[in-house]
Amino acid sequence: MTADTPGWETVVGLEVHCELRTATKLFCGCPNRFGQEPNTQICPVCTGQPGSLPVLNRMAVEMAMRIGLALHCRIEPSIFHRKNYFYPDMPKDYQVSQYDQPINIDGWLELPSGGRIGIERAHLEEDTGKITHVGGAGRIHDASHSLIDYNRAGVPLVEIVSRPDIRSAAQARDYVAELRSILVATGASDGKMEEGSLRVDANVSVRPRGSTEFGTRAEIKNVNSLRSLVRAIEYEAARQIGVLSDGGRVTLETRHWDEAGGRTTSGRTKEQSEDYRYFPEPDLVPVAPDAAWLGRVEAAMPVLPAARRSRLAQATGAPGEDIAVLVETGLDELVLAAVAAGADARTAVNRATNEVAGALETGTPPPPATFARLVKMETEGALTATQAKTVLADMLRDGGEPEELARQRGFEALASDALADAVSAVIEANPAEWERFKAGEAKVAGFFVGQVMKATRGNADGGAVTAELRRRAGI
Amino acid sequence: MTPPAPGSGSAAGARPGRSAVETADAVRAGRLTAAAVLEEHLAAIEARESELHAFNLVLADRARAEAAAVDESVAAGRDPGRLAGVTVALKDNLCTRGVETTCSSRILEGWKPPYDATVVTRLRQEGAVVVGKTNLDEFAMGSSTENSAFGPTRNPHDPTRVPGGSSGGSAAAVAAGFAGLALGSDTGGSIRQPAALCGVVGLKPTYGLVSRYGLIAFASSLDQIGPFAGTVADAALLLEVIAGHDAMDSTSLDAPAPSLLEGLDGGVEGLRIGVVSELMDGVEPAAAAAVEAAAHALSAAGAKVDRVSVPAAVYGLSAYYLIAPAEASSNLARYDGVRYGLRSEGPGGSADVAAMFAATRAAGFGDEVKRRIMLGTYALSAGYYDAYYGQAQRVRTLIIRDFDAAYRSFDILLSPTTPGPAFELDAKTSDPMAMYLSDVCTIPTNLAGHPAVTVPWWPEGSGLPLGIQVLAPALGEAVMLRAAAALEAAAP
Amino acid sequence: MSPESRPSISRDDVAHVAHLARLTLTPEEIERFTGQLAAVLGHAEDVAALDLAGVEPTAHPLPLMNVLREDEVRPCLDRDEVLAQAPAAEEGRFRVPRILGEAP
Ligand SMILES: [Mg+2]
Ligand SMILES: [Zn+2]
Repeated sequence: MTADTPGWETVVGLEVHCELRTATKLFCGCPNRFGQEPNTQICPVCTGQPGSLPVLNRMAVEMAMRIGLALHCRIEPSIFHRKNYFYPDMPKDYQVSQYDQPINIDGWLELPSGGRIGIERAHLEEDTGKITHVGGAGRIHDASHSLIDYNRAGVPLVEIVSRPDIRSAAQARDYVAELRSILVATGASDGKMEEGSLRVDANVSVRPRGSTEFGTRAEIKNVNSLRSLVRAIEYEAARQIGVLSDGGRVTLETRHWDEAGGRTTSGRTKEQSEDYRYFPEPDLVPVAPDAAWLGRVEAAMPVLPAARRSRLAQATGAPGEDIAVLVETGLDELVLAAVAAGADARTAVNRATNEVAGALETGTPPPPATFARLVKMETEGALTATQAKTVLADMLRDGGEPEELARQRGFEALASDALADAVSAVIEANPAEWERFKAGEAKVAGFFVGQVMKATRGNADGGAVTAELRRRAGI
Repeated sequence: MTPPAPGSGSAAGARPGRSAVETADAVRAGRLTAAAVLEEHLAAIEARESELHAFNLVLADRARAEAAAVDESVAAGRDPGRLAGVTVALKDNLCTRGVETTCSSRILEGWKPPYDATVVTRLRQEGAVVVGKTNLDEFAMGSSTENSAFGPTRNPHDPTRVPGGSSGGSAAAVAAGFAGLALGSDTGGSIRQPAALCGVVGLKPTYGLVSRYGLIAFASSLDQIGPFAGTVADAALLLEVIAGHDAMDSTSLDAPAPSLLEGLDGGVEGLRIGVVSELMDGVEPAAAAAVEAAAHALSAAGAKVDRVSVPAAVYGLSAYYLIAPAEASSNLARYDGVRYGLRSEGPGGSADVAAMFAATRAAGFGDEVKRRIMLGTYALSAGYYDAYYGQAQRVRTLIIRDFDAAYRSFDILLSPTTPGPAFELDAKTSDPMAMYLSDVCTIPTNLAGHPAVTVPWWPEGSGLPLGIQVLAPALGEAVMLRAAAALEAAAP
Repeated sequence: MSPESRPSISRDDVAHVAHLARLTLTPEEIERFTGQLAAVLGHAEDVAALDLAGVEPTAHPLPLMNVLREDEVRPCLDRDEVLAQAPAAEEGRFRVPRILGEAP
């Protein structure tokens, strides 16, 4: 059984915790840096030393505002509450978080595929420390004891809570992918799910197709990648459909995604949930951005993915998938700059989408002007497509200028003179075929291209050869 | 009976014969050494500390080093600061780097903070000499200093009686001449009530005037650090030193430290003074009579005195005993045996972390702390928040409104500091509610965030002091202290 | 809820609250605290019973707003100094007994 089971509809709402890319933590001046030696990024405040007090980081507020603006939220006067519960990764045994007066409320996100997902709120809160379980293969229940590192405690988070507007695992993936590129674009996040800077909880329920009521939901935790998000939602929806089809009832509970087992396992039920005893944090004062402050943040907003997609589409006419990849990978600026420098749009899109995007992990994209020259060399026939890809791969790996790299590779023979010579020689050697081509037998072109390729050992560009043949035949 | 004048050798014992203002002047001018001042206080401590138990920790060696540094400074022609050579005792809920800070609780026994409270830094910058950490009701929860895990402090004027609390150790230290000045914290009267019962000046500043950074929190929206002193001028001097904006405390007022000593002797001519009716009801006749006498004296000095009503003040105690425990229940959650202080794993020994938390807190906290944590947890819990915590916060609004109304007609207000003089040890320990009532006159100002000061008043024929409380609107410290100085001059 | 209809705090309430507050209490302590808390809450009924529908709550005695810190790094504490105060530490981290429950 799958989530696409006829007669059932999956309903998903997502809570995404986004670590902000500030220099310091939310309430103290400790560095907000990942991967440092344990307990070296700590101070009285973020270790909950008696007598210490929090002071709010202006940049964290501004990043939260940027996120709110990007998600079309209203930015409201906000206050912090204390969420009281005991857990050893929380230095004060309460989390400072925005509760009933969050900074951002009531927005939406537009999916690249169309359709809007409502955003209920996007609020500021502090992260917890990191627990390492010792013994029992690092699993919580079999561990002999645990160790705590407070470097992450107090790192600023924005929690973005969607409305339950998502209707499939694929749509959930698209939502998170789009949200991720928005967050990266605002400069608020590095988007690294694998380092935990984006963490997703999914509220999943199912209902008979056509029903307008919501079913009982389960909250799925521990989803660490887009791939596991899709798997977890599909698994959970199918599980719930199974339960309901058998006449059972879905329990309101948290469930853990077990990546290795490919399933969700039961966690805490709502009855066992803590009474958090929220109350206004007396050590902090309200945050109420005035028009001037809001205006400054608004003015500094970058162009967001949706706008970047339409800008790129307009400039290149490229297909939607390519546009999405380029904006997602941030290569839209490269393509736009190359086009502005006179490069052919389609070729620039192709090289950026296929070669540059594919090598982002290992290589560095060339400067736009350099990239533009490479694209021009290809469109003007100085390089064949194959050669252009080779030169670009060299550029991504080692840097350098396309002309110089082409010369090193021996691709300079492809100047148009050399091509013309090769075509002349092939025509001379095959007069009967040439007569047929001139008479309008278009498929003979393939024969000539093949012969020219053979003569140039593959260094000719098929398109350029055909163009030369047509020019000479006067057709 | 006159208050124990410096050097008078009264019941309070051997308070050195000069005020802090005089000490600092003499030390800065090189007429007196900080070392000599300190030795006088250490001698007083030697004489009576075992009887009174004002301190959790006496820092004789450190203090000697600090005093020597002050004297070296003077010898080198430098100015050690406005508190040059003045000894100061710190309530043991103020963090001192590397020096044990316990809150008089088993749960923090032996804890050495990794940082100094802002007030401690400011004292050092002005040449003060820290003599020790004073006893308190555990986590400042109490009105008699009997809730200390390390035993009670006794009243220097009558050691069978309590010094008041929670800053009983600081009050007793100043009254007994163990230190020239002391710092305490006041959440519901914890400076003013013990100051009154020990016959010294005690001041709770406007909320936000003194940084709370490094004050171990009891109830964050109420706590303020303030001075204990032998005279109003000394209290003003100490407040000038510790007041002023601190970027480490978000609730610190962004205003320059007030100038208080200047104009202190300006008198009360033309000042409009209201005696708060609600705070006169239900106090002992002697306490009410003392306020009447004080009002009379101020009137004779040229003030216009009248009665005033602050109707919502009668709800102060109830609202306080919901708000303060609620905040405390959260502030004290961090004592869980993970990062500092006590850890207990319970009888079994191999507990899981949740069992360790509960065993640690059960072993580390005393009864009063447990009571307030539970009261506060209850007041915040699902289903009760609106009726208790939410309602108490609304009462707080009413109290602020009613004070605002009173201050439209009056410059300052007057009331008893406590319902009566110091009570016997153990008189109220088994009845929390009776103990809570000790703070009925001091609590409303904490809820409003306003300043108040108590001035000693020795009723004729009594061996025990009372206090007259002078209340002022937010940031009204200057006028409040001017009236307090007039009262001090007029006191019997 | 009016004061007449609010039941006084029960032993079960006290036991529940003690659990929320992570305090192990003996049955005798629960018994004693129940009476003492009931007395304080009884006193608070005057406040609970007030009709304050139109009154805004005051969380803070000061009208401060937008108190912010610049995003600038400050010195951290020395790890050894901090860990020296911990009841148990191991490999530069705070050591705790095994954790049975998941984080809420
Ligand atoms: Mg959250
Ligand atoms: Zn920190």
